[in-house]
Amino acid sequence: MPTYEMTSPLKDEDIAKLRAGDVVKLSGTIYTARDAAHKRLCDMLDNNEKLPFELQGAVIYYVGPSPAPEGRPIGSAGPTTSYRMDTYAPRLHSLGVKASVGKGKRSPEVRKALQEHTGVYFGATGGAGALLSQCITAAKVIAFDDLGPEAIRELTVESFPLLVVNDSHGGEQYAKPNFEF
Amino acid sequence: MKVIKAEQIHDAVVDLVLKAARYLPEDVKTAIRVARNNETSDSAKEILGQLLENADLAKESGLPLCQDTGLGVFYVEIGDEVQIEGNITDIINKAMIDGYEKGLLRKSSCHPLTRKNTMDNSPAVIHFTHVAGDKLNIKHMAKGGGSENMSRCTMLTPAQGWEGIKEFVVRRMAEAGPNPCPPTIVGIGIGGTFDLAPALAKEALFRPLSAENPDPELAAMEQELLDEINQLGIGPMGLGGNTTCLGVKIAMRPCHIASLPLAVNVQCHSSRIKEVTL
Repeated sequence: MPTYEMTSPLKDEDIAKLRAGDVVKLSGTIYTARDAAHKRLCDMLDNNEKLPFELQGAVIYYVGPSPAPEGRPIGSAGPTTSYRMDTYAPRLHSLGVKASVGKGKRSPEVRKALQEHTGVYFGATGGAGALLSQCITAAKVIAFDDLGPEAIRELTVESFPLLVVNDSHGGEQYAKPNFEF
Repeated sequence: MKVIKAEQIHDAVVDLVLKAARYLPEDVKTAIRVARNNETSDSAKEILGQLLENADLAKESGLPLCQDTGLGVFYVEIGDEVQIEGNITDIINKAMIDGYEKGLLRKSSCHPLTRKNTMDNSPAVIHFTHVAGDKLNIKHMAKGGGSENMSRCTMLTPAQGWEGIKEFVVRRMAEAGPNPCPPTIVGIGIGGTFDLAPALAKEALFRPLSAENPDPELAAMEQELLDEINQLGIGPMGLGGNTTCLGVKIAMRPCHIASLPLAVNVQCHSSRIKEVTL
């Protein structure tokens, strides 16, 4: 399968060449946000407030890490289930966010937003938080400290292993269950 | 009467919390290893390999297996010849808080509406049963939110019977797809009341993956459901393959003549359970 080395923030031309099933080793700066942080970001947009990070080209990682042990930037840090952020994701893509990282299915609205705004949805291996944390070389809380594990963190990652689950051309990598719904 | 000191229970529960978060049970590792050997899909083999690597790393480093270290769930059996010095609910709750702090485990408990984090993972979810004897048995599960969200319960009609149960369970796992971090372990509670069925389903998840159901009829039902779920082809992380589920565990109780309560409690591959008997 095709494997790409990429550095975030990402550009439209990076995203456009990706197809569902491709592997991306991502380096650079990414931002963590879960349910509570997404709600606050959208509230800030409603109030025309300046957001704590630049959305243009941004990669958002759906994760609430465990506390960092001494001498390490972060504890375990694997993906959380993405559908809970589906309410907010299309708006963020329309404002320049290029990618999200999580696990599990996305809504038709999110998949449509990826096509309209040249975005991509990456899957990381759920339940491999100890292993994935080894690719994170720096972490600092930049907003919403009171949310504890749900605060927004700026992460520096090196060769973070991601799989393209939904691409910007309508492709999807998840298997369709053998079941008559 | 056998007297058990608060401190002894506290220390034992802290130990359960730390070990559950860091050490994947050996039989789960074995099941993942076997599944990896039997998989034909490359992505499935790759993911199952990562899970084994993750388990080794967590054990060596002390990092939790998964950042979602769950809510602290406990099933406690208190023998009628046991006298506990102190309030058992408070002792377990305090030990759970101390264990999560000591182990650098994530605090994942919050107000349901304001979403304000309680910041110490409290309160613990504790189920008590009183039994004969002079033992205190405490089972602990660190239950993650992603798989718990995929769990369901329903009240079937008696006429729906076993076929209705199968349809509900397999449909549920098909709908859940990649969301609960497959390969999963599926706990099923059949019977009891509206409230008891989910408690049975969760309790069933404590039976080790390697331990066959002692009731041959239930063991056969578990195998049938396991085969049907694996035929869905969802595979590890939903990327396709023949390993969607590692095991099905059923607990069954009599129910009302009008009812057939059914609960499906989904557990991700990171089955963090540990027990102690004092």
